[in-house]
Amino acid sequence: MKVAIVDYGAGNLPSVERALQKLGAETERAVRPEQIINAQAVVLPGVGHFSAFVAGLHERNLTSSLRMAHDSGIPILGICLGLQAMYELSEEAPGEPGLGFFRGEVRMLPQNVKAPHIGWNQVERRQPSQLLIGIPDDAYFYFAHSYAAPGDGDEIAAVCNHGVPFAAVIEQKNLAGVQFHPEKSGETGARVLKNFLESVPQ
Amino acid sequence: MTLARRIIPCLDVDAGRVVKGVEFEGLRDMGDPAELAARYNLEGADELVVLDISATNQGRGTFLDTIRRVAEQLNIPLTAGGGIRTLEDGRSVLRAGADKVTVNTAAVKRPELISELSQQFGAQAVVLSVDVKRTGPETWEAYTRGGRDATGLDAAKWAAEAVSRGAGEILLTSIDRDGTCSGFDCDLTARIAATVPVPVIASGGASDFDDFLDVFQKGAADAALAASVFHSATHSIAALKKYLVERGIPIRLSK
Repeated sequence: MKVAIVDYGAGNLPSVERALQKLGAETERAVRPEQIINAQAVVLPGVGHFSAFVAGLHERNLTSSLRMAHDSGIPILGICLGLQAMYELSEEAPGEPGLGFFRGEVRMLPQNVKAPHIGWNQVERRQPSQLLIGIPDDAYFYFAHSYAAPGDGDEIAAVCNHGVPFAAVIEQKNLAGVQFHPEKSGETGARVLKNFLESVPQ
Repeated sequence: MTLARRIIPCLDVDAGRVVKGVEFEGLRDMGDPAELAARYNLEGADELVVLDISATNQGRGTFLDTIRRVAEQLNIPLTAGGGIRTLEDGRSVLRAGADKVTVNTAAVKRPELISELSQQFGAQAVVLSVDVKRTGPETWEAYTRGGRDATGLDAAKWAAEAVSRGAGEILLTSIDRDGTCSGFDCDLTARIAATVPVPVIASGGASDFDDFLDVFQKGAADAALAASVFHSATHSIAALKKYLVERGIPIRLSK
C-alpha cells in the first residue's frame, strides 16, 4: 500500500515514515497536489505552530487537494497539529482558517494545568473506534501539545483530559485523527497506525 | 486518565560513544549509543535524552550522525542537545531525528535563543537545561559549561524567565548530587516545579529505586532522568517501573 505523507515543510517526517514502513506500507512525501489526490491513503503529520502549518499547505497548493481527497473518500489520518488543522479555526492563529472538515475551534489548554501537555496519558472511549482496535482501555499514548480540539463533537472516538476533556481520537467516514503521536507511542502507537492502514480499502 | 510520570535514560556521548565521567580516570566507555537506545526502548523507557558532552565544532557532524542512528532505534521521543548555540544548531538536531532540543549555556548568554527556537519549532520542542548548585536552604544558583561557570542567576528565576520565553520543559540537574548516588535533590525539584507551569525533569544523584520514588512523591517531579544507573544494567527500567507502580505512582508499563 502507498501512503502519501503530507510534507508542508516543517514536520519531523522520518519517524512517521519509519513507523509506517515497519508496518509494510510504502511511503511517499507529498509536496504536490496530485500526489495527494492519487494516494491510497494520506497521513497529515504536524508539529509546531498552526499558522506555519496552514501557510505551508497553502504555499504548496495542498489545501484544495486535501479537500478533494476528503470529498473523494481517500482515508486521511491527521497527527497532532494535523488533527487540529481539520477544524475550522485555532486560537493559536486567529483569522487563519483550518481545513474545516469538522466544526469548532482548537483552544489553548487551560491555565490551571501544566502546559505544554507533555508525556504519556490515557484516553477514554466515547464510541467504537477503528484506530483503537486491540488496544487495552488503560493504554498510554505520548502527547506533546499546548492546544487541543473540543471533546464534544460527533467525530469524537476518544477523549483525553488535561484540565479539560479534549479530542484525543477522532473518526468520521474517511477522516481520522489523533492528538497524540502514534509514531512515538511505542507498540501501542504502532497498533494505531496498523489499524489505520487496515481501514484503507485495497 | 492520568498523566504518567516518566523515566528517562540519558546517553552522554563523546566522539560517537556513550561515556561516563569517572573521578581521577576521566571518561569510561559505556557502549554504542544505538545499541543502548534499542535496549532502553525495549525495556520501557518513556523517552531518551542524548547529550553531546564534547560539544566541539569538530564533533558536530559525528553527533548528528549519532542522533540519526539513535532515532532509528526508537519508537519513543528523543531529546538531543549539548553545545546548541543557534537556531540553525537546533534545526539540524531536529532534522537529524530528535523531537526536542535542549539548550543551556548559550541560552544563559543569549536568552533570545529560547524564544527563537520556540517560535520556530513550538514550546513542546524546547527543553531548557539548568545545572544548579545549592547556595542556601531554599536557594540554588544556575551554572553553565557543565558546572564550571557560575552565572549569578537564581535557578528559580531563570527557569521562570525561560518558560516565559517559550521553553516547554525544564531539565533540572543538581550538580551537588550528580555522580554522588545520594539521591535526587527533592527540595530543588519541588521548588522549581512549584515555580514554573511546565513539566520538570529531575536529574542528578539517582542510585536506587527509592530515589525515584522520593523525587516523584516529595520532589513533585514530572519525570526523572538518570544515566549510569541504567547503563550498568544493575537496575533495569522495567524493574524500576514495576517498583514504582506497586507504590502507587502513575507509570506506563509496556508489554
